[in-house]
Amino acid sequence: MSVTYLGMPAFPEAAAASTRDPRLRANLTHATHTIRDKRAKAVTELADWGRLRAAGAAVKDRTLRHLDHYLEQLEAAVTDAGGQVHWAADAVEANRIVTRLVRATGETEVVKVKSMATQEIGLNEALAEAGIHAYETDLAELIVQLGDDLPSHILVPAIHRDRAEIRDIFRREMGHWGRPAPEGLSDSPAELAEAARLHLREKFLSAKVGISGANFMVAESGTLVVVESEGNGRMCLTLPETLISVVGIEKVVPTWRDLEVFLQLLPRSSTAERMNPYTSTWTGTTDGDGPRTFHLVLLDNGRTDTLADTVGRQALRCIRCSACLNVCPVYERAGGHAYGSPYPGPIGAILTPQLRGVEGSLEASLPYASSLCGACYEVCPVAIDIPEVLVHLRERVVEGGPVTRGGVRTVLKSAKGHAAERAAMRAAGWVFGHPRALRAGMRLTSRTRRLHPRRLPGPGRAWSDTRDLPAVPAESFRDWWRRTRGTSSGSKQRGDGE
Amino acid sequence: MRVALFVTCINDALRPRTGRAVVTLLERLGVAVDFPAEQTCCGQPQFNTGYRHATEPLVRRFDRAFRDYEYVVTPSGSCTAMVRDNYPRIGAKAAAEGRGPELTGIAAAAVPKTYELTEFLVDVLKVTDVGAYYPHTVTYHPTCHGLRMLGLGDRPRRLLEQVEGLELRELPGAEECCGFGGTFAVKNPAVSAAMGADKVRNVTATGAEAVCTVDNSCLLHIGGSLSRQGSPVRPVHIAEILASTEADAQAPVEADTKAPAASGTEGSPR
Repeated sequence: MSVTYLGMPAFPEAAAASTRDPRLRANLTHATHTIRDKRAKAVTELADWGRLRAAGAAVKDRTLRHLDHYLEQLEAAVTDAGGQVHWAADAVEANRIVTRLVRATGETEVVKVKSMATQEIGLNEALAEAGIHAYETDLAELIVQLGDDLPSHILVPAIHRDRAEIRDIFRREMGHWGRPAPEGLSDSPAELAEAARLHLREKFLSAKVGISGANFMVAESGTLVVVESEGNGRMCLTLPETLISVVGIEKVVPTWRDLEVFLQLLPRSSTAERMNPYTSTWTGTTDGDGPRTFHLVLLDNGRTDTLADTVGRQALRCIRCSACLNVCPVYERAGGHAYGSPYPGPIGAILTPQLRGVEGSLEASLPYASSLCGACYEVCPVAIDIPEVLVHLRERVVEGGPVTRGGVRTVLKSAKGHAAERAAMRAAGWVFGHPRALRAGMRLTSRTRRLHPRRLPGPGRAWSDTRDLPAVPAESFRDWWRRTRGTSSGSKQRGDGE
Repeated sequence: MRVALFVTCINDALRPRTGRAVVTLLERLGVAVDFPAEQTCCGQPQFNTGYRHATEPLVRRFDRAFRDYEYVVTPSGSCTAMVRDNYPRIGAKAAAEGRGPELTGIAAAAVPKTYELTEFLVDVLKVTDVGAYYPHTVTYHPTCHGLRMLGLGDRPRRLLEQVEGLELRELPGAEECCGFGGTFAVKNPAVSAAMGADKVRNVTATGAEAVCTVDNSCLLHIGGSLSRQGSPVRPVHIAEILASTEADAQAPVEADTKAPAASGTEGSPR
C-alpha cells in the first residue's frame, strides 16, 4: 500500500513508545476530547440522526453491491463532460499514471488538496523520484510536510503537534520551500494561519497542475465532490490548468439525492459542524472556468478484494470522518503513527489489514489494537460494526481461511507465531469441554494458591507488571454450590416454580 | 419461576462470592435458583481472540446446560453480550461453512432467555428496590459491553439508587473503557495499562470507598491496578451490593480468600 510506512514495527511496540511520550499524550487527549464532545452535541441536535445513519449505511451498501454498474455510469458521465478516466489496479499503477500525466504538462511542481488516497499510495514520494515537487496546501498537511513528519489523524494530520512545535517548524522550514515565515512569528493561531496563508498563496498562483482526491463521486452526473474547512482545496481545484483527481472506487454514490445524506452525516461527525464550510463540486471541464484538462484516476488497491469479503466489506462504507479516532481510547494513547498507515485508529485497524492483507507483522497486529469497547461503532455515521470486523480479521490472522487477493480466491494458512496461544486456547477448550476437569483444576488452583507467584512469566508478565493478580479464592463457586446445595445442580428446587 | 444461574468461568474461579450474592439476592426476591453443573465458559476469550471454531463446542455446552430453563441469569454484561451478539454470528458462520446446522437453532433459543442480572431484575422481576443495605460511598463504572452491546442504560444506577445507605458518586469519564478487553490486556499491555491508570485516577478522584460494575472481568483489571497503587478503594460487583443487608453490615467482610468453614479435607493450606 503506502511506500512511506513500510517497515513499521507491529502495533504493540509502536504504541508502547507513544504511551511514554507525555507531550504526545497531552496533545492527543486534549484534541480528541474537545472534538468528541463537540461531535456529540452536534449530533444530538438532529432528531433523525439514527435514520440518517441508517440511510447512509444503506446507500453505501447498495452502491457497493452494484459497484461495477455505478463505476461504469460514472466513467461515461465524466467522459461526456470532457474529463478522462484512468483505472489503476494498485498503488504502483496509480503513481505511474499520475507521474505520466504531470510529465505530459512539462511542469515540475504541483499543488495538492489534502487526500487520503494519495497518502495511501505514497504519491508524493513517487513524484519526487520523478523530479516533481508536490506541495501540500492543507494547513495540517503543510505542517506535516514541512516537519518531515507523517500524518497521524485522518482529519487533523498534525493533531500530535502543539502550537509551539508548529511555530518552530514554520520558522525553520518555510524558507526552504518558498516564502519564509514572517520575522518574530509567535505561536498564536492567527499569526500561524497568516504565515501559512502567505506561504501558500505563492504556490496557488504559480501552480499549473493541481492534484486532489475526492470525498464523493456522483455517478449520474460524473461530479466529484471535495469537502474541506479551509478553502485551500478550492484554490487548487480552480486555479491550475490541469487537475488530476485520484479517488478510491468506493467513493461513488449513485445520485445527488444520495449525496445529500452524506453532506449531513460527514460535517457533524468529523468537525462537529452543522454544515460544511467549503463544499466544491466539479464536473469534467468548462470553457473559461477552472482547469482546462481533467483526469480522474480510479484507484482499486485492494478494494475489490475487500468487497469480496462479506463481513469485512462494510469498511468500504467509510466516509473518512474520523469520529472513530476521536472516541477511541486506544488511539488516544497510542497516537496515529503506531497504526503504520495513513488510516489510523479503529477504521485503520480494519481497513489496512484488508487492503494490504494480514501477512505482515504490523498488519497482523492491527486487528488486536482494540479493547473491543465499541465506542467506534456507536459514533460511526455509516454504522460500520468495527468490533465485528476486528474479530473477523483476528480469526483470519490466527486461523487463516478463504480470502481474495488480486481478484483470486485463495486460502490463507493459519499464522505462525501463534502456536503457544493456539495450544493454550485448545487446552482451555478441552477443560471447558469437561466440567469435571474444570472443577478439579479449580481445586488444584485453590489449594496451591499460597504458592502462586506475584509476578507472572511469559506473556502474563505484561499483566503483572502494572496490576496485581487477583487472589485465588479458597473455594470455587462450583464447590460452594456442591457443598451447600448438594451434588445435583440444585435439583431440590426443580419443578417447584411459582 | 425457575432460573438457571450462569455464573461464568471468571466468577466461578476467581470471584465466587459474586455468584453466592446472586443466589442470595434472587432467593430473597422469591426466585428459585438452579446451578447446572454442566456449564463452563461462554467462549468469549476464544471468540474475541479469533478462535471462532473453538467456541462451537462451548455454544453446544451452553445449550446442554441451559436448554431446560425459562431464564438464564448472568452476573456479567460481557458474557451476556457474547451469547446475545455472538452466538447468532457463530451459528450463521458455521452454517455458511456447511457445519453445525444445530448452532443457529441453539443461538435462537439462547438469545431471548439469557439476561444480565440487572436486566433480569428490572425488566423481568420489575424491581428496582431489592431491599439492600450498603452504607458506603460507591462509584459506578458502566462496562463497555454492558453499556454498548447490551444497552443496559440506567438499570444498574436505578438499582443502586434504591440501596439504603448507599451514596452514589459520579465517575468522571465513566463511559471510557477501563482497558481490560480480555486478551487485549496481554497483547497490548502498555496501552491497556495506560487506560487502566486513567480509569483508576478517575475512580480515586470520586473519593468513593468502592467502585462497582456489572462485570468482574473489568473489575479484576481495575482492582489489580488499584491494589498495585495501594489504593483503599474496593472493587465490588453490583450483585454483592444488591445482596447486602443490615445483617451483613454488622458482620465482618466475608472474604473469598478465607477457607470455607466446613470444607473438611478440602480445606486449603493455612
